[in-house]
Amino acid sequence: MADEVILLDYWPSMFGMRTRVALEEKNIKFDYREQDLFNKSPILLEMNPVHKKIPVLIHNGKPVCESLIQVEYIDETWPGGNPFLPSDPYQRAQAKFWGDFIDKKVYGPTRLIWGAKGEEQEAGTKEFIEMLKMLESELGDKTYFGGETFGYVDIAMIGFYCWFDVLEKCGNFSIEAECPKLIAWAKRCMKRESVAKSLPDSNKITKFVPELKKKIGIE
Amino acid sequence: MAERSEEVKLLGMWASPFSRRVEIALTLKGLPYEFSEQDIANKSPLLLQSNPVHKMIPVLLHNGKPISESLVILEYIDETWQNNPILPQDPYDRAIARFWARFVDEQIYVTAMKVVGKVGEEKDAAVEATRDLLKLMEKELVGKDFLGGESLGFVDIVATLVAFWLMRTEEVVGVKVVPVEMFPEIHRWVKNLLDVDVIKKCIPPEDEHLNYIRARMDSLKLKSV
Repeated sequence: MADEVILLDYWPSMFGMRTRVALEEKNIKFDYREQDLFNKSPILLEMNPVHKKIPVLIHNGKPVCESLIQVEYIDETWPGGNPFLPSDPYQRAQAKFWGDFIDKKVYGPTRLIWGAKGEEQEAGTKEFIEMLKMLESELGDKTYFGGETFGYVDIAMIGFYCWFDVLEKCGNFSIEAECPKLIAWAKRCMKRESVAKSLPDSNKITKFVPELKKKIGIE
Repeated sequence: MAERSEEVKLLGMWASPFSRRVEIALTLKGLPYEFSEQDIANKSPLLLQSNPVHKMIPVLLHNGKPISESLVILEYIDETWQNNPILPQDPYDRAIARFWARFVDEQIYVTAMKVVGKVGEEKDAAVEATRDLLKLMEKELVGKDFLGGESLGFVDIVATLVAFWLMRTEEVVGVKVVPVEMFPEIHRWVKNLLDVDVIKKCIPPEDEHLNYIRARMDSLKLKSV
């Protein structure tokens, strides 16, 4: 029986990128459906009635919401190829901890960097760098966050990379200067087909942000 | 079960729903553990060393190795000790359980905290917003004894936050956030929970808990004056 996999997504979303990368890593054919978040489609509202947010993964008609939950679902449902999570429960817990960290601590500051001004923006920049440094310390000298194999934490973080350019411009700082190992890691990830296919060009994001600000009503 | 002696220690706090949910899981699995009450206002070196990133409880130490974040800890416990499973087996059911667990922590909890923290119109708005979220939980309970189905599961353990924290705050806050007329299923579910020995054993004793909540609210009021 052929699997029907649909992804409701929004091209600049670093969360949607996680699910795209995960599906590509497992070579799963999926129907990518671009959503207009300013005019939400009936299918989005039906499949994620609670949050009305992307990404939504629809597998044989059944929706899975929340990007990291989708990544784990993909790993559990299609176990072939490289598993995203290690088999050891302690290592798995560490990976999930860092995924949660990225959601709770890294995303928030990015909104202040591109969306706010003055002191708020500065605070966001400072916080963002601090969080990146924690991640960099966790990465250490490993090839990927999980060690030798590309996995869950890499997938959780890599979507932020295409936003780095616009964040640097808005916040007036250099991520490479602050976190060279993290940049080296990102470049390694970009060499993977799954990642190259799933992330838009940085300059597309950089051009898009001023338009986004207008759309949501911030100058 | 374990071939060698397993050392399980929980750095927690008696009145924290996040700490108690870990105790529920450990007790469900029949695991002996050492509980170490932490002073959040005066964090111990062990806590800071075990959770340097967030510096928060609960932290589970298994043979000395720390695991932080209550939902991560619950999954770790479930994977390490396979008796009395907490999460379902099917990947789709697991995804749904994880979704609702996050919903409780990221939506219900965050919004409900505003009921405690705000006054006047803002408080009323917070009550309304909390009720809107609880209506979704109410729907999930129709035709089920527990959020996990026939028996207690992951989401029930996480949602004890609603049953024994949010609903206990009503007494102190003076607002019936979860009236039985509006939420009959939730009230039925709380009764089902109280029939489970592990739950009875692991939730904070009611009187002490109410006193604690009252004292905290009073200190919050003093701060805002």
